Amino acid sequence: MKCQSCEQSATVHLTEIVNGKKKEKHFCQDCAQKLELLKQQELNLTAILQSVIGQHVGGQTDELSRLTCPSCGIKYMEFKAAGRCGCPQDYQIFREPLMPLLERIHRGRRHVGKVPPHALKHAALQAELRELRQQLRNAIEREAYEDAARLRDQIKQKENADEPG
Amino acid sequence: MNLDSLTEQSGEWLRASGPEADIVISCRIRLARNLSSFPFTNRASTHQKAEIEQYLKGRLEKIDFEPRLEYVNLAPLSALDRQLLVERQLISRELANSEGPRGVAFAGSEIISVMVNEEDHVRMQVIRSGFTLDEAWQDADRLDDKLEEKVPYAFNEELGYLTACPTNVGTGMRASVMLHLPALVLTKQIEKVFRALQKINLAVRGLYGEGSRASGDFYQISNQVTLGKSETTIINEIRDVVPNIINYERQARQALTRENHAQVLDRVRRAFGVLKNAAMMTSEETMDLLSSVRLGVNLGLIDDIDIFKVNELFIHTQPAHLQKLLGRQLDSEERNTERARFLRNRLREMDSLN
Repeated sequence: MKCQSCEQSATVHLTEIVNGKKKEKHFCQDCAQKLELLKQQELNLTAILQSVIGQHVGGQTDELSRLTCPSCGIKYMEFKAAGRCGCPQDYQIFREPLMPLLERIHRGRRHVGKVPPHALKHAALQAELRELRQQLRNAIEREAYEDAARLRDQIKQKENADEPG
Repeated sequence: MNLDSLTEQSGEWLRASGPEADIVISCRIRLARNLSSFPFTNRASTHQKAEIEQYLKGRLEKIDFEPRLEYVNLAPLSALDRQLLVERQLISRELANSEGPRGVAFAGSEIISVMVNEEDHVRMQVIRSGFTLDEAWQDADRLDDKLEEKVPYAFNEELGYLTACPTNVGTGMRASVMLHLPALVLTKQIEKVFRALQKINLAVRGLYGEGSRASGDFYQISNQVTLGKSETTIINEIRDVVPNIINYERQARQALTRENHAQVLDRVRRAFGVLKNAAMMTSEETMDLLSSVRLGVNLGLIDDIDIFKVNELFIHTQPAHLQKLLGRQLDSEERNTERARFLRNRLREMDSLN
């Protein structure tokens, strides 16, 4: 659907009731902002997130809709619908559409705050643990309990090695 | 931990002990953290949530941190017990109403609580009485360091702490200040304050975060931005703006007592009178009347009532607290009767001490 005052596609849809008559209006984000329509709407974070995500993806939707996180299995469209990531890796997988979104929300694109002293040091080990846990889940699913027991021990061992104190 | 005993005490944040405690009820720092090798809670299976809970519970109980934290498993608790923890601000409404393995670790003083399997795997918070943002941040920072010794967080250099919702990524920090602003509400200046705060990207919410209308004239101001600013910058921005609001509220209070003394006195005394005499009382009306009484105490219009006792009544008259104090389930009409009885007794007790 096109915006009724320009050629862009409409993302803001309003229903006005004047003297008992329903009237529908459709605008693109820019025109809606110019008309100050958005200010009157109640602040709904999920809706805003979705509209912002939608706006930034625009024409690339086809390509993005096929994007799936290999780690948690979330599809880009699912992320878009829920406004929530499925796992920490999604920030890499969906980086391209996420960055403009983050800039819109925060007006910043780089973390300048606290850096946890251990997280970076243990990044490699964590990747390994992630892999092992995935294997463990697969083993349980195919009921290979001996493998599962072995994997569980391995995970325990690595987790303990991960703890300095 | 025996949750029933919680109703006999009050969280530290109600003490009215910190600076500017007549207006600033409490300061809160919340940090969102996630384990790097698990999916976020919304994407985790029940089995994974149980693993996450087990992993965090053990480490939270073992960390080298004072005060000691005790873990409460929320899944087997009754809805009433979970509601009790919500009213005490130890857990969020979302965590109370969600499903699956989840819990909260907290210490007896109730200054610190750590939620497990909320929207993020870890949501730690520090709540302190009065205008004490820096102290709250120091506590949260210290607890965060201690937990991070044991728990590998999801973090990357570019985007900071990775969170389920992109609105929290970066510092993962929400810093908030709870203010009691009855005079700005009475003089209809509160909207102006809202607009000014929104312009500088700060959010305003009512107590318990429900909708826009703040019951009891309690307003919570917090940061929206978490990426591109350091924790101290975010805290400084809030700390710099709050004194202005405190001043507006004080000016409004002075103007009220100067220009409308009789009306204010009347309002305060009527509120006190109704609270001491009514036979039925809703939660909403209680909040409104207590707000007037609290204003009256702060303006010296009601003698010798401890502001801490008034703060406490706001929490103890909430539905779950009331039912816990009485030791049985009540429907809403019974609650209104019992709430009125509870208020009559408490306020008369306070009066007779004078």
